[in-house]
Amino acid sequence: MSLAAETHGFLSPTGVEIAFLLVGLVTFGAALVTVTTRQLVHAALWLVVTLGGLAVEYLLLTAEFIAWVQVLIYVGSVVVLLLFGLMLTKAPIGRSPDADSGNRWAALTVAVASAAALIWVVVDAFRTTWVDLDGPAAGSTEATGASLFQNWVLPFEALSVLLLAALVGAIVLSRKAKAESASPPVNSRAVSGGSPSVPDSRNHRIERKVPTSGTESTEPGGAR
Amino acid sequence: MHLAYPAVLSALLFCTGLYGVLARRNAILVLMSVELMLNAVNLNLVAFDVWLSRTAEETLHSGQALTLFTIAIAAAEIGIGLAIVLAVYRNRGTSDIDKLRDTAEGHEPEGADSDGDATAAEKAEATA
Repeated sequence: MSLAAETHGFLSPTGVEIAFLLVGLVTFGAALVTVTTRQLVHAALWLVVTLGGLAVEYLLLTAEFIAWVQVLIYVGSVVVLLLFGLMLTKAPIGRSPDADSGNRWAALTVAVASAAALIWVVVDAFRTTWVDLDGPAAGSTEATGASLFQNWVLPFEALSVLLLAALVGAIVLSRKAKAESASPPVNSRAVSGGSPSVPDSRNHRIERKVPTSGTESTEPGGAR
Repeated sequence: MHLAYPAVLSALLFCTGLYGVLARRNAILVLMSVELMLNAVNLNLVAFDVWLSRTAEETLHSGQALTLFTIAIAAAEIGIGLAIVLAVYRNRGTSDIDKLRDTAEGHEPEGADSDGDATAAEKAEATA
C-alpha cells in the first residue's frame, strides 16, 4: 500500500525504479508468505524467493558483488541449512496447525505499528534524496575488493576468526548433545564408556520416559 | 533512483521479519524471520552506500564492507542457531519455543509445566 501510494509522488519514475518496484513487490509478497504459511518447508522455499529478489535488488543498485555473495551464501547455504534443520527436527510435511503462536495479533499490531512509523520517518527524511546510478558501478567487484582489502583488512581477518569460532562452537554443541544422550547419568564426561550403553538406554527409553519425562532434561532424544 | 524505494522496502521487510519473530512458534521459522530482518538491514546498507559513495569525494565503501560482514555473521549465526535448536530437540523432543518454559518465572505452576513437557515428549514419541 505504501509502495503504491509512494508512486504518486514521483510523476516520472525511471525504468530502474519501475523494475525495483516490481521486484520489491515480489520480494515483499514472498516475505509475507514466508512468515504466514503453515507449511514449514514451503516457508523455507519462499525464503529462497525473498532472498533471490533481494539479490536482484542489489543488482539494480549496481552492487553486483554483494548480489552474487547473497546468491552464494543465502540462497546456497543458509536455506539449505534451514531445510536440513527442518528435516532433522522432524517438521511435519503438510499443514501444521500450530505454526503460529497465540500472540499473533499482538505481533501483527507491533509489526504494523513499527512499519508505519519506520516508513513515515524514512519517507519524510529522504524525500528529496536521489541515488545516482549512472557511471561506473559503485559496487563492482573491483571497487568492493579494493576497499575491502585496503581499508577493511583487520575486520576481515577478525571475521575469519569469528567464523572459525562459530564452526568449532557448532561442532561442540552437536557433540555434547550426543555425549549426553549416550550416557544415562548426568555425568557428561563419560564419553568413552558411553557408547556401549546406547542400546540399553534406547531399550528402556520408552517406559522410562512416560512417567518422568518432564523432570529430567538429559533423556535421549528421538533423533538418534 | 529515489532513495525512498530501497528504504521503504527495507522497512517493510524488517517489519515482516519482526512479525515472524514474534508470531512464529517453531524455532527454525523464528530463525528464518531473523534472516529476513538481517536482509532488510543489508539492503539499507547497500542503498545508502551507493548513495553516499556518489556524493562523497572519498569513500571507504563502508556500507558494502559491512554488508559482507553481516552476511558472514548471519551465516555463522544460522549455524550456531541450528546447532542449538537441534540440541534442544534432542533433549526435549520439541522445537516449539512456547513449550520451553523452564526459566520462566512464576507464570506457570510446576505441574502444568511438567504436563506440557510430557505431552510434547509424547508427541515426539508418536512422530518418531
